[in-house]
Amino acid sequence: MIKLIGILLVAVGFGFRMNALVVVLMAGIATGLAAGMDLREVVTLLGKLFVDNRGLVLPIVLMLPVVGLLEKHGLRERVATLMRQAAAATAGRIFWVYQALRGGLSVLGISLGSHAGMVRPLLAPMAESAANDKLAGLPAEAAASERGELKDQARETIRAHAAASENVGNFFSDDILVAVGALLLIKGFFDAAEVPVTLGAIQLWSLPTAAWVLLVGWWRYRALDRRLALGGKRK
Amino acid sequence: MSGGLTLELFFIVSGGFIGLVAIHVGLNPGHPRRWGSAAFWLMLAVVMGAGKHLPHELTGWLVLAMGALVAMRQVAHPVFADDSAKREIGAGQLGNRLLAPILLVPAVAIFGSFVAGPQVALGIGCLMGVAAALWLTRDAPPAPAKEGGRLLELLGETVILPQSLAALGGIFAVAGAGEEVAKLVAAVLPVANPLAAVVAYCAGMALFTILLGNAFAAFPVMTLGVGLPFIVEAHGGNPAVMGALGMLSGYCGTLVTPMAANFNIVPVRLLELKSDYAVIRAQAPFAAAIWIFNVVVMAVCVYRF
Repeated sequence: MIKLIGILLVAVGFGFRMNALVVVLMAGIATGLAAGMDLREVVTLLGKLFVDNRGLVLPIVLMLPVVGLLEKHGLRERVATLMRQAAAATAGRIFWVYQALRGGLSVLGISLGSHAGMVRPLLAPMAESAANDKLAGLPAEAAASERGELKDQARETIRAHAAASENVGNFFSDDILVAVGALLLIKGFFDAAEVPVTLGAIQLWSLPTAAWVLLVGWWRYRALDRRLALGGKRK
Repeated sequence: MSGGLTLELFFIVSGGFIGLVAIHVGLNPGHPRRWGSAAFWLMLAVVMGAGKHLPHELTGWLVLAMGALVAMRQVAHPVFADDSAKREIGAGQLGNRLLAPILLVPAVAIFGSFVAGPQVALGIGCLMGVAAALWLTRDAPPAPAKEGGRLLELLGETVILPQSLAALGGIFAVAGAGEEVAKLVAAVLPVANPLAAVVAYCAGMALFTILLGNAFAAFPVMTLGVGLPFIVEAHGGNPAVMGALGMLSGYCGTLVTPMAANFNIVPVRLLELKSDYAVIRAQAPFAAAIWIFNVVVMAVCVYRF
């Protein structure tokens, strides 16, 4: 049971809103020590795993110079202007289409987007601009806030949903067609445990949830649009 | 891997970029946490760029030193000047061409992945994107590093959170923490009942993913500890139905845990949100609705097909 001290530390640390990085490093050291390693062994293991997993942040770090440079020259402003010309666009509809597109491509094993490459430079400004337009259309709201700018809370909600549509689109359709990541893990696990399972069966039983996720998206994004139409207030 | 273009090369490029950010921070007397932040980025530059050649113990101590700087609140970013007038002019002059480099990156990444590995292809795409953006904007060559550095400083220590979490998961695995959790779940919940076993398995997948931040780590543990012995062996359930929906239940946990930093915390910083939990709050209703659906489908189908 003492091996679970790391999990306990993480739960308590996050519960008290301590800095996540500090909590995670402490939990790692504590777990290693509890399992009977000495300090230098744990630190060596930490270093090895850290280097092995450098690939996790590479896509984020390498994307930053492109995005930063284009932002300096008005990328977000240009995307906002484009959206103002699309009359039917609302924040919610944009998110639903993005989630569907992200999921659809993910079925084919293509990873279209990322938070650094798509959500910050394109998706969030598109949705904010579309929502801004709808707010400006309401006379009372336009008067209430200068130039019909979004209120802080509404902007925060929109951006959080932009990140959500990327994550939800990314997660739930990756084990349908192309054998990548999750699908191979499940198949590999059952093979190792000598349980007879075909790839096709796992793929088939992943379909209902992928369809359901589109419905859930439709529900959530419609709720977002309604909340924005009320001026960003919660119901 | 053709033409000597390996993933290692892109680690060196990213290390070089982070090193430039460290120098830029160190040369800025107006920086609120000048030396702490410069030291943080310098250590990260070394670990990213040369991690393969360093002794693992040294890397481990460097990571802990970065954590100590963060714990003592020595890593911060300055307030960046907001030149919106200049951006509006750029948007007007360059128009839709501004979108081309940002779309070039995924295009190169997708088509390049048929030739090289997906990560190498993405790396090539990013470099081509930088070149295209420089050519388009006619900006000075140091500009991408400076503007990218602005975004990197906004991310702050969040940028090493995904790696640290992966390391924690690895230490958990070596220590055998997962088996303990599976034993606990099997002991506490009434898994002798077929339907209760389904709920326990799906709940275990979600909970364990919340704790570890990774459904892939939860899957073997929960499936070995609860899924196979109870749903498949004791009650004769279909393993394909169980495996597919179990993994998808784990993903619901990913949507609501700060442990899945690159999905839930990194975007908070990238999008400059005030609350660390803003993305998780937006995703919680998704997670609940999708998890319930998974449980219902598994309960109805796993013993029938």
